[in-house]
Amino acid sequence: MVDKTLELFDCGHRACGGCGAALAARLVMKGAGKDTIVVSATGCMEVFSTPYPETAWKVPWIHSLFENASAVASGIEASLKKQGRTEKVVIMAGDGATFDIGMICISGAFERGHDFTYICYDNEAYMNTGIQRSGATPYDASTTTSPAGSCSFGNKLPKKDMPQIIAAHGAPYVATASIAYPADLMQKVEKAINTKGPCYVQVHAPCCTGWGFEGDQTIAIAKLAIETGLWVNYEMVDGKVVKVKKVVKKPVGEYLTTQKRFRHLFKPKRQDAEIATIQAMADKNFEKYGIEIRLKKE
Amino acid sequence: MLEIVEGSHAVAEAVKLCRPQVVSAYPITPQTHIVEALADMVANCQLDADYITVENELSALSACIGASAAGSRVYSATTSQGLALMFEVCFNAAGMRLPIVMTIANRALGAPLSIWNDQQDSISLRDSGWLQFYAEDNQEATDLHFIAYKVCEDHSVLLPAMVCFDGFILSHVYEPVDMLSQEDVDRYLPPFNPYQRLDAADPISFGMYATPDYYHEFRYEIDNAAKRAKEVIQKAGKEFGTMFGRDYSALVEGYRLDDAETAIVAMGSICGTIKDAIDEMRAEGRKVGLLKIRVFRPFPSEEIAQALSNVKRVAVLDKDISLGAKGAVAIEVRDALYGSVTPVKGYVLGLGGRDVRKKDIKEIVSLVEKGVGDQFFGLRRELL
Ligand SMILES: Cc1ncc(C[n+]2csc(CCOP(=O)(O)OP(=O)(O)O)c2C)c(N)n1
Ligand code: SF4
Ligand SMILES: [Mg+2]
Repeated sequence: MVDKTLELFDCGHRACGGCGAALAARLVMKGAGKDTIVVSATGCMEVFSTPYPETAWKVPWIHSLFENASAVASGIEASLKKQGRTEKVVIMAGDGATFDIGMICISGAFERGHDFTYICYDNEAYMNTGIQRSGATPYDASTTTSPAGSCSFGNKLPKKDMPQIIAAHGAPYVATASIAYPADLMQKVEKAINTKGPCYVQVHAPCCTGWGFEGDQTIAIAKLAIETGLWVNYEMVDGKVVKVKKVVKKPVGEYLTTQKRFRHLFKPKRQDAEIATIQAMADKNFEKYGIEIRLKKE
Repeated sequence: MLEIVEGSHAVAEAVKLCRPQVVSAYPITPQTHIVEALADMVANCQLDADYITVENELSALSACIGASAAGSRVYSATTSQGLALMFEVCFNAAGMRLPIVMTIANRALGAPLSIWNDQQDSISLRDSGWLQFYAEDNQEATDLHFIAYKVCEDHSVLLPAMVCFDGFILSHVYEPVDMLSQEDVDRYLPPFNPYQRLDAADPISFGMYATPDYYHEFRYEIDNAAKRAKEVIQKAGKEFGTMFGRDYSALVEGYRLDDAETAIVAMGSICGTIKDAIDEMRAEGRKVGLLKIRVFRPFPSEEIAQALSNVKRVAVLDKDISLGAKGAVAIEVRDALYGSVTPVKGYVLGLGGRDVRKKDIKEIVSLVEKGVGDQFFGLRRELL
């Protein structure tokens, strides 16, 4: 059972007010519990949580590099096993560290089947270095390396399906979660921790600074992502989807208009074709995962 | 017990006797025989270690970082391209003060691709904070592993160490090696006692980020630890000598140097060839001696200055080159002799496996006597 009063990620860290990733860290640690060793990749969370000589982590924590967290975790797990110790190993890495630069290390570690839980906090760009695109950046989002301009609508590529890639490695438990649904998130982390082998939880973690919204809107925006079908919460056991979060469908425009990274789709004029393309992506999610709740007409 | 063994197998046997709990490495010529032998030992329950078959060298050393931080004695081995791929991880391991021991079977770096020996790979990591030992023969390569663990795990040091031995020239050569017994090694090398470790019962944070208010001092501390390692090496080398008869207390070692007028300075297996050449030159009445550098990091400046204080000239041989400048050893030896009037000439030779023979050594001695040096030696002019 998750102890919701447990605080292992402490206050005083340097994240922006309203940071989704900081909230993710706090919730993940409630799910993980105190007998946990955390391995962080370089990125916002690592930087805002450990400005020497202060640390927000009340569990043992290590950061080595941007790309190697899963290899470091492999070594920790091997060492614990040899010593007969029972602490759990949790990786906390951003989407850049996960979708892009860490792919080789991740593939090797998941193939070897180490007993760890990999949390990807997904804020959909390289935030720490100033909002550059990553493989997790959604279609048409404007970032500093995929800026919208007179002949561009921003990021030209759709988000990479990382959970499927992990599942294809034979991971016993793969899930997506959102900071908008804390109980679900904590339960998924707890489940991952207690499943033997390498498990993966990808957590949607809106970034007010990088996406362009006020810090008090973080949870509302995370919720809208789910309600529009642009983010789907699901669980996979042994490669099969076993549970999905169903929603009453909202048009993608309701989500896109909340964030400056999509502003160019509405100003100076509404880009109907682009919005339709994004709507089609959401529709595909609704169909693929069967997440729509149809309200009975009165 | 004296055995005729391949260098790589002698090293693997030494590593086994050091009882690493986690081994993580990725195969690359000419290091492969070491990691294959260790895998075999694990498969046959002769070595009680977790052997992580990683997907590349960056992960090999990263896994060592994790395992070492969690409190295990760890081991890796690589060379050349593999070491270059570890560049970032090497600095990181030293910065986190993790006592990892890694064998380097020295090999050239591409391009052009070369699997043959020189020392460019480890020399290129001289600024990384790792201690660096260079072996002349396989006995030394073997023994230096015991010493490396003892030194780098010492709480006044806590730095990783590379034990470098020349690829193929030593790694694939069979020669007699006196191998210690497990009992001997257990007496010499106590179990790993981490200064701090990742432990849920006593949480600490490793590898935090430091602002300009703190970073500078971190680097200073690493440099200090590397310098403190000098004394620890001397002590560990002496203790080894007392216990087993082979004394490694000296960071540099002279050969027929006492009355020498010309000193050759070199590292690694080339020292064997140089000693033979010196014997022949001595028979002809030429006063030549050798100063072998066994420990390149920490750099033994004072010891070198002292050992070369009475010679008339110095020839430094480098199997590496800081391109656009000079051989790294020559640069540092000259720095050690700063203020002295003794001329120091550098010779870059044997790159990418080019053979170095006794006649080459004699030719270099003639060159330095004429004051000619600071050059590539042994170029095939017809190719240029
Ligand atoms: C090898 C390497 N390349 C680039 C960087 C620069 N860098 C540091 S963090 C980062 C982006 C991190 O992005 P992500 O993983 O998404 O985490 P976030 O900052 O968004 O939380 C980059 C590019 C680095 N530290 N190391
Ligand atoms: S930039 Fe984004 S991810 Fe980074 S601390 Fe601020 S809100 Fe959090
Ligand atoms: Mg990110």
